[in-house]
Amino acid sequence: MVSKEQIYNWLEEVSDPEIPVLSVIDLGVIRDAKNIDGEWLITITPTYSGCPAMKTMEEDILSKLKTKGIDTARVELVLAPAWSTDWLSENGRVKLREYGIAPPEHEVDKSVLFAAPTIVPCPKCHSKNTRMVSQFGSTACKAMYQCNDCQEPYDYFKCLK
Amino acid sequence: MKNEALFRYLLRLGDDSLILGQRLAEWCGHGPILEEDIAMTNISLDLIGQAMSLLDYAGVIEGKERNCDKLGLLRYEKEYVNVLLVEQPNGDFGDTIMRQFLFDAFRKPLYEKLVNSSDKQLAAIAEKSLKETRYHLKHSSEWVIRLGDGTEESHERVQNSLDTLWRFADELFYTDEVEAQLTGEGILPDLSEIKTEWESTVKHVFSEATLEIPANNWKFEGGRKGRHSEHFGHLLSELQYMQRAYPNMEW
Ligand SMILES: [Zn+2]
Repeated sequence: MVSKEQIYNWLEEVSDPEIPVLSVIDLGVIRDAKNIDGEWLITITPTYSGCPAMKTMEEDILSKLKTKGIDTARVELVLAPAWSTDWLSENGRVKLREYGIAPPEHEVDKSVLFAAPTIVPCPKCHSKNTRMVSQFGSTACKAMYQCNDCQEPYDYFKCLK
Repeated sequence: MKNEALFRYLLRLGDDSLILGQRLAEWCGHGPILEEDIAMTNISLDLIGQAMSLLDYAGVIEGKERNCDKLGLLRYEKEYVNVLLVEQPNGDFGDTIMRQFLFDAFRKPLYEKLVNSSDKQLAAIAEKSLKETRYHLKHSSEWVIRLGDGTEESHERVQNSLDTLWRFADELFYTDEVEAQLTGEGILPDLSEIKTEWESTVKHVFSEATLEIPANNWKFEGGRKGRHSEHFGHLLSELQYMQRAYPNMEW
């Protein structure tokens, strides 16, 4: 019988539809895979409540498993425990940086009003002389930053805990 | 039905999120600056996502095979139980930010309490939503301060927003037999401290923003009983258009 580890290896080939450089494993949204009486149950959790990519991920997971000969599988969405950027894999953080997106800093967001935003090094020139342009970006999980040295505008995969 | 009070409570939370999410979505392509256009639609997406979780769960409790699409898009006006605040028109950017701030300052402490609900699914939705709501409250608070303590014109306009919207704030704290029953069952934690926390947030931010809370004490309510303002029918006609024109359509 196929092992859980094998299923996880195959899911490394399923990419996040919005940040294709990351696999669903890197993103940390796969919470479990179990075989129940011959059927594989894959448990996933959304990054954000309204993340429009979840449905696509579900379909991509099922069709990937099908190409590997797994015909009976289903995907279940769970909300708890709530996804955290701490679940991003180390590998995923490296891939993000190479792709030009700054990975989340391991820092709880300050709820203090007008607190200095998290220092996020520029993914191009690595300068720490950067500024936050907006807390909200092109997708729910990102903020917009710009480098003051090389002027590169870039996305920051913002911290969610 | 498994628990009618829980069903009704989930509709209240779900409708508040859905209708405010719909209002914010109206800003798409019309924001005063690109960053705010993106911020408001991001917040809209979070709220609509939260509404989907809440309404899907309401459908499970009801047990009549109504999911978030059926509940969200196919009820009649008087069956929606959102507070009047969230259906108020967008107005200018200041009106939208003020409406959002009054709401976020309520939602954050509410979710903090609901995380401890004895109902596992409600607690899970709250835990998920709380992380998003913290960002929303920070965003709306900072803008209220920036506009209030900004130029003479921005101050005057956002003070007007506050004067207009303040009468709708009290309905956020509306409770009746629904909340009473759920508190008795341990599903709702004690909600009494939420108002205290809301008042302290609101006072703090308004004082930083040099804004004055209106002296008059008019209070408008009715949304929780399905009595809506005139604006609501127009909002619904847009929200429900696709399902009414093409019944049971799916993406
Ligand atoms: Zn740079």
